[in-house]
Amino acid sequence: MIRVVVPAHLKTLIGEHHEIRLDVDEPVTQRRLLDALEAAYPVLRGTVRDQSTLKRRAFIRYFACEEDLSHEPMDAELPARVRTGEEPFVIVGAMAGG
Amino acid sequence: MSGVRVLVGTSKGAFICTADGTRRDWNVEGPLFGGWEMYHLKGSSVDTDRLYASQSTGWHGQLIQRSDDGGRTWRAMGNDFAYDGATGTHQWYDGTPHPWEFARVWHLEPSLTDPDVVLAGVEDAGLFRTDDGGTSWRELPGLRTHGSGPKWQPGAGGMCLHTIIVSPADERRIFIAISAAGAFRSDDAGATWKPINKGLHSEGIPDEDAEVGHCVHRIALHPSRPDTLFMQKHWDVMRSDDAGDNWSEVSGNLPTDFGFAIDVHAHEPETVYVVPITSDAEHYPPEGKLRVYRSRTGGNEWEPLTKGLPQANCYVDVLRDAMAVDSLDDCGVYFGTTGGQVYASADGGDTWDAIVRDLPRVLSVEVQTLS
Repeated sequence: MIRVVVPAHLKTLIGEHHEIRLDVDEPVTQRRLLDALEAAYPVLRGTVRDQSTLKRRAFIRYFACEEDLSHEPMDAELPARVRTGEEPFVIVGAMAGG
Repeated sequence: MSGVRVLVGTSKGAFICTADGTRRDWNVEGPLFGGWEMYHLKGSSVDTDRLYASQSTGWHGQLIQRSDDGGRTWRAMGNDFAYDGATGTHQWYDGTPHPWEFARVWHLEPSLTDPDVVLAGVEDAGLFRTDDGGTSWRELPGLRTHGSGPKWQPGAGGMCLHTIIVSPADERRIFIAISAAGAFRSDDAGATWKPINKGLHSEGIPDEDAEVGHCVHRIALHPSRPDTLFMQKHWDVMRSDDAGDNWSEVSGNLPTDFGFAIDVHAHEPETVYVVPITSDAEHYPPEGKLRVYRSRTGGNEWEPLTKGLPQANCYVDVLRDAMAVDSLDDCGVYFGTTGGQVYASADGGDTWDAIVRDLPRVLSVEVQTLS
């Protein structure tokens, strides 16, 4: 089971205020994880990545295991600790405020 | 008993205010979609329980919400606003070519006859349509691909298509306005378009009388006079009596003719409302006095309406989509401010009260008259 954390705006949108747990087929990649996330919560289509190009939205980052995975290839396997559910895959909205 | 439902879009959520026909005591619900920018909410005129809302943030993009029960419950609808074909370029702020990029939906205009049909005006300027209640959207590309498209340029708020008026006399006739391209009209349900900017005069563009390039802020129409349009331009209040083919200035004795919002009384087609704003640099009322101006003569002669509005130290703005009128016998007029107040007048503007204060920045106000 893969653990996913989404930012506050998206928690509001899906009505889910805790970590999300997803079944993701092997090999577990960014693309497959996000496919599974959007399949579970169709309202998230377009809110994390572009619906047609699948490019990450400009103000979104992907973190896991204290690493920034935002620029990793979409089809690269995620770290082992994410694949085993030991660590969450964290979708982050860029900091803004002041 | 009759009543009204006021739909308020703000920079941090939506609010729904309801009252009976007296419009004295208000119930305020919200925030709905807290934290999200709600650019516009509007109800269908043929099914007042059917509401549509534009929801967005810079982080997560655009969503469309729909309610089938007057705003009690909502569900997310389709949000794939893909331009049709090659997008080409428009002018960027510095005059260089810039590719069309979808940013958000500024305005939703439900059909006058079918609650499942809605037009959406978007930034970068384009017009989309749904025929299935918001499930899917397709662009009407004839507007964006009009030959003048490469000359269009964004205003300070972006290159937004912010005004959509479907003619009550013929649903195939559509008026739209874009900042800063100007006004356009289609007579074939959006397939083809012509600029309707003759008579507009805008300092700040190379050819002050150009066919396109004018920063039109808002257009309003009375249903009984489908060929008469009133326009609040960046500067100047304008009027057309031939469906936009020709415009003449009706700013008259206004203290300043800069502003954003404009609307027409529900039962008096020559009674028009504007909220003068000091200037393009100073987006607040002159002298710190919030005044709605009313003309009962279709323009030129204007009177200030001040009772119940702050007349000192008021420095809010009223944005282009933030004024509306109801259709009760004694016409109600409503507007929202960037300071978070929503004001209502139940007597055509003679007196005003705040429905609610201290909301986030108000982006849009629409009202539904309920039987």
